[in-house]
Amino acid sequence: MVQSILSAKDVVIKFSLRGRVLTAIRGASLELYEGQTLAIVGESGSGKSVFTKSFVGMLDTNGWVESGSIMFEEQDIAKFKGDKQWSTIRGKKIAMVFQDPMTSLNPLRTIGMQIQEVVELHHHLKAAEAKKRTIEILTDVGISSPEDRYSQFPHEFSGGMRQRVVIAIAIACNPKILICDEPTTALDVTIQAQILELIRKLQEQYNLTVIYITHDLGVVANVADQVAVMYAGDIIEYGTAGDIFYNAQHPYTWALLSSLPQLGIKGQPLYSIKGTPPNLFNEIKGDAFAPRNPKALKIDYVERPPYFQVSPTHYARTWLLDPRSPKMDPPETIKHMREKFVRYSV
Amino acid sequence: MSQTTNRELLIDVKNLRVEFNVKAKEPFVAVNDVSFHIFKGETFGLVGESGSGKTTIGRAIVRINGTAGGDVMFKGRKINGDIPKALDYEVTQKIQMIFQDPMASLNERAKVDYIVSEGLYNTKAYKDEGERKAKVEAALAAVGLLPEFASRFPHEFSGGQRQRIGVARALIMEPEFIIADEPISALDVSIRAQVINLLSELQKSKGLTYMFIAHDLSVVRFITDRVAVISKGKIVELAETEELFAHPLHPYTRSLLSAVPVPDPIEEKKKRAIYYDPLSHDYSVHKPKWVEIRPGHYILGNDPELEEYNAMLAK
Repeated sequence: MVQSILSAKDVVIKFSLRGRVLTAIRGASLELYEGQTLAIVGESGSGKSVFTKSFVGMLDTNGWVESGSIMFEEQDIAKFKGDKQWSTIRGKKIAMVFQDPMTSLNPLRTIGMQIQEVVELHHHLKAAEAKKRTIEILTDVGISSPEDRYSQFPHEFSGGMRQRVVIAIAIACNPKILICDEPTTALDVTIQAQILELIRKLQEQYNLTVIYITHDLGVVANVADQVAVMYAGDIIEYGTAGDIFYNAQHPYTWALLSSLPQLGIKGQPLYSIKGTPPNLFNEIKGDAFAPRNPKALKIDYVERPPYFQVSPTHYARTWLLDPRSPKMDPPETIKHMREKFVRYSV
Repeated sequence: MSQTTNRELLIDVKNLRVEFNVKAKEPFVAVNDVSFHIFKGETFGLVGESGSGKTTIGRAIVRINGTAGGDVMFKGRKINGDIPKALDYEVTQKIQMIFQDPMASLNERAKVDYIVSEGLYNTKAYKDEGERKAKVEAALAAVGLLPEFASRFPHEFSGGQRQRIGVARALIMEPEFIIADEPISALDVSIRAQVINLLSELQKSKGLTYMFIAHDLSVVRFITDRVAVISKGKIVELAETEELFAHPLHPYTRSLLSAVPVPDPIEEKKKRAIYYDPLSHDYSVHKPKWVEIRPGHYILGNDPELEEYNAMLAK
């Protein structure tokens, strides 16, 4: 049986912006299992980055965790205050890789120093040993001739290579959890495939639990054991990759899958979700997706749905799963998805 | 299915060469001996990795980048190099571009009204204020924006709306040919679908021709009629979209296709990526040629390679 390593319950995160308060995360819950990969999908502004940043205490200074708990190693890290407390977790136990490898490295220092700094700080090694370890890490992330690369600067590296360096810094202190925030969005598809493979290799080698944040459902299918779908600051459906791709229950997940260009028929319009996500400054009543859902039920506008259990691994926040609701089939487009995708394989 | 014969040619690019750093001893060749044509009314896709030269080709067609060799023909007339001023004006009007990042491509300090009319101001293609206003309104309406949006600033819009402004700015010039340079790469999944639908509606209603530059092959497959694959400044394969996806021949095309993640966990986990090594081609003895291996399916290869490709097709 897989062990839970991190467990977030009813987390509410607020930001204060120009005197107004915005609720970015509205009571989201999440279970993370040791050694597994969780993918969080959602549109920009759905709160996927904010939610995971709260696991490492990296919310912007105008944001705070209002309520809820995040349990990690028998501590509630949602209650952590100040850098001193966070420094026992951030980087050491939970590390993060950001989207843009162009901006997340220091252009004025050599690659080697940027990794070695972490190694010295966390492993308390002497310079010579730290350098040895740094070169080992560079080899692990697939950088060839690491001795020469050690003394080079970020501008001498290509985008994919820089992302490898960023990953090297993240794994340098043997974290338990690695959070990858859109690690491949800025990269070409062929490089993306290499980075995804690298993270998978490191996951085994370093025994990592990985969280991927992405909006690319193709990447999700590639990496995920579990998938969490976020909409307007809430996780509206959670399950194994199979649950989400082949047995989705929430209308928003249906809509997301339906708008995949791979499912479109040439010459006909592609399915698109009407409208825009709700304004998080306002209080959201009922199901946040209801205004954009043409088949919303009356209750969707009145009361927020609880989580309904679909199977032991799968739950969704939609009134459609309530026994009193009318039966509704998923849209025609996403039925028989498997057959439609088989032809895509080269 | 589109017919390859008896169709009106809109763009004909012959042996195009674009160089940067021209004054240096060895200029950098960004586009090398590239030839293709685009039929009126079709959507032509150009795919390749960053740095492969796809954007440079687009920019060479609209005369932003100068050319070092070859011809770009627009409706039978040469439009690259030194051309008469009147033709230059016509090209600037008839060929428009849509850019990738709607956050970066709109002037933050200008109102939508100015952004959309800028092309009109530059070419003085209106009689009076009334006509200009009417044109702006029509362009905004065509992309599904309200007329009152004209008095707002770009920061008041969402990413999808901003990309619509970018499309409106191109449409107001009443172009025949639009080069869309990664117009949806920076957008979210749901907004992406809206912009794709908008582009294909406009194509139908206004008889537009598109050149669609992208690296997302799933979108390319959905909207293009023909696709060219470009690697390191050279087109390596060109075919009708379905043909290319069904029978990719060039190792670079195959590696590109294999790298695109398929949104299906079972398929995706079985998949093995194919790596492409540009050094795998041995062109020391047999020089590569640009050959029509099947009707409408062109490929770059030398004799031994072509034999291999033919064997693959025979299977």
